[in-house]
Amino acid sequence: MHRRHFLGAGMAAGLLAASPLKVAFADAATDKRLVLIVLRGAMDGLGAIAPYADPDYRSIRGELALAEPGQPDGLLDLDGYFGLHPALAPIHGWWAEKQLLAVHAIATPYRERSHFDAQDLLESGGAKPTGQKTGWLNRALDQVHGHGTGLGLALGQGVPLVMRGAVPVASWAPSPLPEPTTDFLNRVMDIYQKDKVLGPALSSGLGIADMAQMASGVPAGQPKPKDRQLMATTAGRMLADPAGPRVAVMDMQGWDTHVGQGSIKGRLPNALTDLAEVMGLLREGLGEAWSKSVIAVVTEFGRTVRPNGTGGTDHGTAGVALLAGGAIEGGRMLGKWPGLRDDKLYEGRDLAPTTDMRALLKAVLKDHLGVSTRALDAHVFPDGKNVRPLADVIRT
Amino acid sequence: MVMTGPASAALAAHATARFGYGAAPGDLAQISRDPRGWVETQLGGLPPGLPAGFIDHPGSAPRLMELLAVRKLGQSEEAMARRKALQEAYRSDAATRTRVAASSDRPLIERLTQFWSNHFTVSTQRGEVAPLAVAFENEAIRPYVLGQFEEMARAAILHPAMLVYLDNAQSIGPNSKAGQKRKRGLNENLGREALELHTLGVHGGYDQDDVRALALILTGWTIDRQDGDGTAFFNPNTHEPGPKTLLGRTFPEEGAAEAPAAITMMANHKGTAKHVAVKLARHFIADDPPASAVNALERKFRETGGDLGAVTATLVGLDAAWEEPLAKLRSPNDFLTAALRATQLPLDEKQVVNALNLLGQMPFAAPSPAGWPDRAADWAGPDAVVRRVDWSLALGQRAGGRVDARLLLADTLGDLADAELVQMVARAPSPAEALALALSSPAFQRR
Repeated sequence: MHRRHFLGAGMAAGLLAASPLKVAFADAATDKRLVLIVLRGAMDGLGAIAPYADPDYRSIRGELALAEPGQPDGLLDLDGYFGLHPALAPIHGWWAEKQLLAVHAIATPYRERSHFDAQDLLESGGAKPTGQKTGWLNRALDQVHGHGTGLGLALGQGVPLVMRGAVPVASWAPSPLPEPTTDFLNRVMDIYQKDKVLGPALSSGLGIADMAQMASGVPAGQPKPKDRQLMATTAGRMLADPAGPRVAVMDMQGWDTHVGQGSIKGRLPNALTDLAEVMGLLREGLGEAWSKSVIAVVTEFGRTVRPNGTGGTDHGTAGVALLAGGAIEGGRMLGKWPGLRDDKLYEGRDLAPTTDMRALLKAVLKDHLGVSTRALDAHVFPDGKNVRPLADVIRT
Repeated sequence: MVMTGPASAALAAHATARFGYGAAPGDLAQISRDPRGWVETQLGGLPPGLPAGFIDHPGSAPRLMELLAVRKLGQSEEAMARRKALQEAYRSDAATRTRVAASSDRPLIERLTQFWSNHFTVSTQRGEVAPLAVAFENEAIRPYVLGQFEEMARAAILHPAMLVYLDNAQSIGPNSKAGQKRKRGLNENLGREALELHTLGVHGGYDQDDVRALALILTGWTIDRQDGDGTAFFNPNTHEPGPKTLLGRTFPEEGAAEAPAAITMMANHKGTAKHVAVKLARHFIADDPPASAVNALERKFRETGGDLGAVTATLVGLDAAWEEPLAKLRSPNDFLTAALRATQLPLDEKQVVNALNLLGQMPFAAPSPAGWPDRAADWAGPDAVVRRVDWSLALGQRAGGRVDARLLLADTLGDLADAELVQMVARAPSPAEALALALSSPAFQRR
């Protein structure tokens, strides 16, 4: 018995509005796809995308500097100045396809170094960490045709702040638990009707569970994928489904590399390997929908330019953001490069920010999802009216 | 205050939900004579020693010795086997911890222990923390939940599990003997989080220079040495020499004495009182607690120099604690604990660990040093809610009719179960589904 049947049959009218399946999926609000990957813990931007031609790169990065392109374990060249970490090799080819771009020296308006405040701000879209309760991506969904109902999907059991808000969104993670009968779920829904939080959550969760079950099939004989892999593949397939969600968010951990960050081997290369794999599986799962897709990879801040005393890096300021997908105008490095000379660093230790994160996010929301400038200023980034969206990020 | 009658019966269920893990069968009948008294009595001093479930636990020292020994073995087959055994020990610890909480006759003490160990989070995201985590809680948190906050802070920040988790074990003063000889140096991870998360709070009034100063003060505190005994120790060779200025106060060079003195100062900073008051009120009362509740806790913290027994007594005495609706959502860990307590089902170690994993909250696996989040919305993701329902049904099926859900409602939720729920459970087509409905119900999920 599929949960989808349950949703069609027995639900109270009040909860129907929260169903991801009934309302919006059939009523194609947009055919664009967006996946936001939040790298929690602060990815070292200079480790992921290294300015190997900067005259100060090698001296200031010390043990963390990577060899130039063409040398053993060397960087993978992007534009003659910047190179991609070799652990990101699986997506290096996307650059030549113009389906990968990077914005360096990017940062939110936050200038302190707390992970938690910085993530709060990255997700709320505000200018100050205020414990805001809704995220910019949810507010943006509200501006998409049909008020975004049913378009949002969080990968994981919970919904991260960036996707929380007035628009109901689904969440999903692989689970080995058996699926209850429709009759039982109807009974649970009855007792949840009066609960304004649990009722809509259950309704939404059941809707997506059914779709995920169909999308997550692993061909017989293949090894069981890890949760992260299954999540990426399944998300890609669900997004590809014409009746599926359009916008997904996924967290990745393991970026807070205070110790043993490594140049070729270590925590950062491991995390980058996982990231490249997730991006590759998303592309595979999206299939033909890749041409209408954008993957945005963001993190709360960058890390110190110099290695710290324990083979790692401490909390910094500006970092790097990536865009990938068939819908972008890729193969380019964006943003003004501030340089790595001592006197160019922010507070003498961090990469200086030159691009506001919201300029990138606004560009994606405006030119990809079609959210109007007015709506962006009024509802999505009300604290960022002066921040102009980056131009020509999305292919026209 | 002794009360009788229906008002008191309703308060009994409220008390078990707000200050415990819900009721076990029989609890409500016993508590309803004096619900407040039941809570207050638990604050009358800690019983000596650890709860019985931990009686065979070796503590952190042997575990740390083993960790250090295994480190030296590299990637050999023997090393892999011993590493696996340490991970197994962690899973066993996690199950024991859950059962201890579920069966405690002083559940408020367990709630406080888990609250404070989340405040001073150590996480298995750093693999080596796993076998130390429950010992950390038992050694650095549990003894102080009714004691002085500054003692807990010193014990927690300088515990081997924390020194490993936030990298201090490897941090070296740049001008120390070792720093001059080797290329290693400072790591500011623990310095930052001790200010931001453990004491003053992110808006508590410190800056980057304070972070660095505290990191320098903390240099030397590490875990590995020749002939070590598995405890944290101070290595003068890696300690940054010279005076350091933290929060406006200059600490002269005092070696091992610097860090405890600095932590004591931070623990008694006015920012800390506020930070702790907000977190306590948010955890026990409401996501957005009334300002009056926060103020009362903050005042008591400052008046008593961080006497957590006194602060907790203030919390229990607040009108808000008894009048605010039970609008918070149990965390997955608390939900599982409450389900075990209510059903008294004898889940084995593996079943408890599986449940913790499935429900999404393996103990000491918080995603960051900020610990597990503490608002209802953080645990109300659609998939998370579906999990609870699915798992409740699986538990109902496993119970195989051993639990009468109708009795469970009356015995453990009392007046929190409304007539409609009682009827739904009574009409369920099978005992398994009846139990699953009772456990899935909002009344059981809320606290």
